[in-house]
Amino acid sequence: MKELVVISGKGGTGKTSLVASFSVLAGEKIMADCDVDASNLHLLFNSSVIRQIPFYGLKKARISEELCVKCGDCEDYCHFGAIDNSFVDGLSCEGCGVCKLACRAGAIEMVEHIAGQIEFSDTEYGPMVHARLGVAEDNSGKLVAEVRKMARQIAEDKNYELIITDGPPGIGCQVISCLSNADLVLVVTEPSRTGIHDMERVLSLVEHFDGRAAVCINKWDISASNTGEIEDICYSKNIPVVGKIPYDMTVYNALKNGIPYIRKKDSPASTATLGIWDSLLKML
Amino acid sequence: MKLAVASGKGGTGKTTVSVSLAITMAQRKRVAFLDCDVEEPNGHLMLNPVLQHKEMVAVLVPEIDEQKCDSCGYCAEICAFHALAVLPGNTLVFPEMCHACGGCWNFCPKQAITPVDNYIGVVEEGRAEKVRFVHGRLNVGVAMSPPLIRAVKAKAKNDELTIIDVPPGTSCPAVKSVEGVDFCILVTEPTPFGLHDLDLAVQVLHQLKIPCGVVINRSDGLDLTVEEYCGRCKIPVLQKIPLDREVAEGYAAGIPAVLVKKEWGELFSELMDKVEEVVSS
Ligand code: SF4
Ligand code: SF4
Ligand code: SF4
Ligand code: SF4
Repeated sequence: MKELVVISGKGGTGKTSLVASFSVLAGEKIMADCDVDASNLHLLFNSSVIRQIPFYGLKKARISEELCVKCGDCEDYCHFGAIDNSFVDGLSCEGCGVCKLACRAGAIEMVEHIAGQIEFSDTEYGPMVHARLGVAEDNSGKLVAEVRKMARQIAEDKNYELIITDGPPGIGCQVISCLSNADLVLVVTEPSRTGIHDMERVLSLVEHFDGRAAVCINKWDISASNTGEIEDICYSKNIPVVGKIPYDMTVYNALKNGIPYIRKKDSPASTATLGIWDSLLKML
Repeated sequence: MKLAVASGKGGTGKTTVSVSLAITMAQRKRVAFLDCDVEEPNGHLMLNPVLQHKEMVAVLVPEIDEQKCDSCGYCAEICAFHALAVLPGNTLVFPEMCHACGGCWNFCPKQAITPVDNYIGVVEEGRAEKVRFVHGRLNVGVAMSPPLIRAVKAKAKNDELTIIDVPPGTSCPAVKSVEGVDFCILVTEPTPFGLHDLDLAVQVLHQLKIPCGVVINRSDGLDLTVEEYCGRCKIPVLQKIPLDREVAEGYAAGIPAVLVKKEWGELFSELMDKVEEVVSS
């Protein structure tokens, strides 16, 4: 079984539209939407949630008013400023449990905390796993890992050969959590100063974790000179550029209508995407 | 005043708005631009600041004194973040997992653990013409951005208009960046993705009790769904910024929207006036 992880560093490079189009092109596969902050992939499919399971984050501290003797030790020990006057602020508590160790009155208990939901959906292009992290929740890296684990399990059960993972933005814990054991990491970039900057950061992250990367350039004709620079950077790092997608209003219009743009056949963007998909399959 | 510029999803033009607003307002008053998107800082690419000051930011991680440690395993047991592993004769620390909670060094029965600095990134400061500029850069491979975000925010001064560029998303980095601001501008675009993620961002701000308003970027005039949403949630639409190819190309070359189109200065002054109106009411 192979997993293709698609990331972009910065947002708005058209990554999700591209993943949706790959999903139309691929045969039997499962999709994993790992942008657990703001999962969007399902908006481009006819999808319905068939099952939901809670995602437990780290436990949170709770102080029993009856047992607490107001000594203030817990407040002194909490490195996150989450305790004020023997009251725990749930938003700031990171669940380290240090206050419980510090409390000599045994007044602190660590309680289960649901930090989000993992959702399983059916779409016209196959099963999909996605997640919704509760508002203002921490621990998103772990949720990403869970989504990938669930997707892998389903793929094994169904004997599917391919997992397509829509990765989160940035280079932090969520992305790091997406890179382990990925067979191929496709970095979607655009030829802007910020796009190049973020691509370089995300490529060094992939390198740092010994991943195998490929790059594709979206809206490449917005700036041919920046596109050239991206190609040079990739060449010097020995990373293949698997394709260039032109600026095409079809993509924006398809997005507005909530469908993968590849369904508008023969548009310049679709043709380019077909080529990219072929190269990726060969690499996998 | 502390003003955050955020967007649920990336790529909605948040930095276009924050940078253009900073340049416009700097004609009128003292302005500081704080880029809290420490994973992918982009503000400097548009503002081109001269960076004069650099400061390394560290978090604490445990260091084990092998002489004192008797491999009892207690530290690994209490570490909620699985940042420690005790093998016979060797206790391992995984700094990228550590949250610096202090559990292990406070409670090791042999007092074999001391906290030491682990550098996670830098805060850089400088000036971009009239704008005071600060940003943070997270070292590649570091998972924990909140301490660096806190260090960037610590550079805010009270006598300035502070504009904070917030990282995308709704989880800890975004929350840590908006915490404590007086108002948050949410930048969205009129697509299903934009609306979906705007709704998530609004929920976060409600939970944090931070007042907010919306800027519709790449507006083609047909933004009914976004406007309906804002009406329903009683959130003011502060400004609409048109879809413009010249601005998009300027962005690609690293030129802020207000410098590509001078007449857009008006758009951003108006935006600030509306923010002030909402904040004071
Ligand atoms: S569990 Fe940790 S973060 Fe939460 S209140 Fe206790 S000491 Fe503070
Ligand atoms: S340490 Fe225990 S007894 Fe002391 S204030 Fe905290 S909860 Fe109360
Ligand atoms: S708790 Fe202290 S003595 Fe025990 S394994 Fe950890 S470092 Fe060693
Ligand atoms: S400081 Fe806290 S998180 Fe870090 S290793 Fe020690 S117990 Fe674990």
